[in-house]
Amino acid sequence: MSPPETVIRVEHLRKVYRHTVAVEDISFEVGRREIFGVLGSNGAGKTTTVECVEGLRRADGGSISVLGLDPQRQANALRGRIGSQLQESRLPDHLKVWEALELFAGLAPHALDWRELLVAWGLAEKRSASFASLSGGQRQRLFIALALVSDPEIVVLDEMTTGLDPAARRVAWDLIEELRDRGTTVVLVTHFMDEAERLCDRVAVVERGRIVALGPPVALIDEHAPDVRVVFTAGDLDVGWLRGLDHVRAVTRAGARVTVHGDGPVLSLVAAALVARGFVPRDLRVERPSLEDVFLGLTGHHVEE
Amino acid sequence: MERKLHPVRALTAVLRLTWVELKLFLREPTTAVFVFAFPLVLLFVMGEIFGTVEGSDISFRGFDAMDYYVPAYFGLVAASIGVIMLPAHLTGYRQGGVLRRFRAALVPMWTVLGAQVAAALVLAALGALLVWLFGWLVYGVDRPADALGVAVAFIVTTVCFAAIGALMGALLPAPRAAQGAGLMLFFVMLFVSGTGPPVEVMSDLMVTIGEWLPLEHAVVALQDPWLGYGWNGSELLILAVVALAASWGALRAYRWK
Repeated sequence: MSPPETVIRVEHLRKVYRHTVAVEDISFEVGRREIFGVLGSNGAGKTTTVECVEGLRRADGGSISVLGLDPQRQANALRGRIGSQLQESRLPDHLKVWEALELFAGLAPHALDWRELLVAWGLAEKRSASFASLSGGQRQRLFIALALVSDPEIVVLDEMTTGLDPAARRVAWDLIEELRDRGTTVVLVTHFMDEAERLCDRVAVVERGRIVALGPPVALIDEHAPDVRVVFTAGDLDVGWLRGLDHVRAVTRAGARVTVHGDGPVLSLVAAALVARGFVPRDLRVERPSLEDVFLGLTGHHVEE
Repeated sequence: MERKLHPVRALTAVLRLTWVELKLFLREPTTAVFVFAFPLVLLFVMGEIFGTVEGSDISFRGFDAMDYYVPAYFGLVAASIGVIMLPAHLTGYRQGGVLRRFRAALVPMWTVLGAQVAAALVLAALGALLVWLFGWLVYGVDRPADALGVAVAFIVTTVCFAAIGALMGALLPAPRAAQGAGLMLFFVMLFVSGTGPPVEVMSDLMVTIGEWLPLEHAVVALQDPWLGYGWNGSELLILAVVALAASWGALRAYRWK
């Protein structure tokens, strides 16, 4: 997929803290209205990368352009055009939810109506609660709302759903998609593979300060974890002939349970072939590889929870 | 780093931040105790000790004890905001990432610090007003000889302590350390600057220590116009220089962090 208009361009980014190389060499582009995922384990360099994009850190090497501007030297022109939901960043304990939103809305050149954000992000009941009294999930949602209140063209969400319960995560995902549909570009830093797979148009897998894979989740899965398994119960039926089908690599059997290993459209081919022979299994299902498998294949380890 | 902001927008930002900061300070119990209650309690103690002594040897610069202490305590109020409240507040901002959040929203550091100074001025004015009312109602303290002179000295004093507070907030590692250091400095200044025992009963050493600390200069700068000795240019200059140096240091220190 070639993005329509590049809004973020990072070329050979390098960032060193004292003696630790946080970012070795990272290059990527993000197109307008894209949801771009940055995936990786803790310490891989994800947060450092996006903090350089946000202008919070100065790169030691390479170049960054955000909306055609240098986030360090032309920060003023970016005011209000990029929103950041920072990781591990508090607000004053005694600050109330509505005061925080009103303050940051007031500091932006063309802000949204913060009352609508309050409702959309499920904070209406917590309107007058102090920051200190909020739960982890509520704080997280407030931070996202604060990132959005300036009506930015680009929003950077760093570990957006950490601390959210499953229901709240789903709501957050819907809201992010809605946001993109309204024209916002989203950079999503996450270590949740399901989140990246569900939301992102493209993801960059970051490992030890480098991008080890970049592309749409489906393409990454096809390329790096192509193994698709089709599973069904066959009873005593002989299904050895399935091995002769295209896209089938192996057929294994455990009792009545048959597993067909293959790739690409193997599910459709197996299903069609079974039906053609008059066998209609009731429990035919596919086990698709996920980004998790891609990550494991590329890095040799699981992303930690 | 070029981060220019339109002057009107910058002023609006400072005002919005100031308003929020004021609310935050007023929700902080430390403020209620050290800015509003403590100076009154201390003033009451001083009044009960010295206010009723007839024909005492202590002259209080030729005036009644309470005429001497009320303007001095305006300085004490400003000092409590500057060295107790602000350092703990700002180290908390720094450590908790509140400043990062402002930076991410491209709010310039100087507007954040400007808001602290503005909020400090409002709180100090409230605290001073309480001190004055208390002195007037309980001890019948006279009005100042030169109100404008007192106002100018008061503003310079408060800005000076706010800048010191901002610098301490930039340099001290954590809110608890800041609170400890701030309280220590506050009480040392309280006892050697003419806000505790009158200067005449202090040892030479105490006087010397006082002269090296800003509160003593603030006290004289405030008392002179109040008592009718006119504006004290040299004390005002000392306070202004300290204010400028501390502001410069604070802005630099925050830029590094």
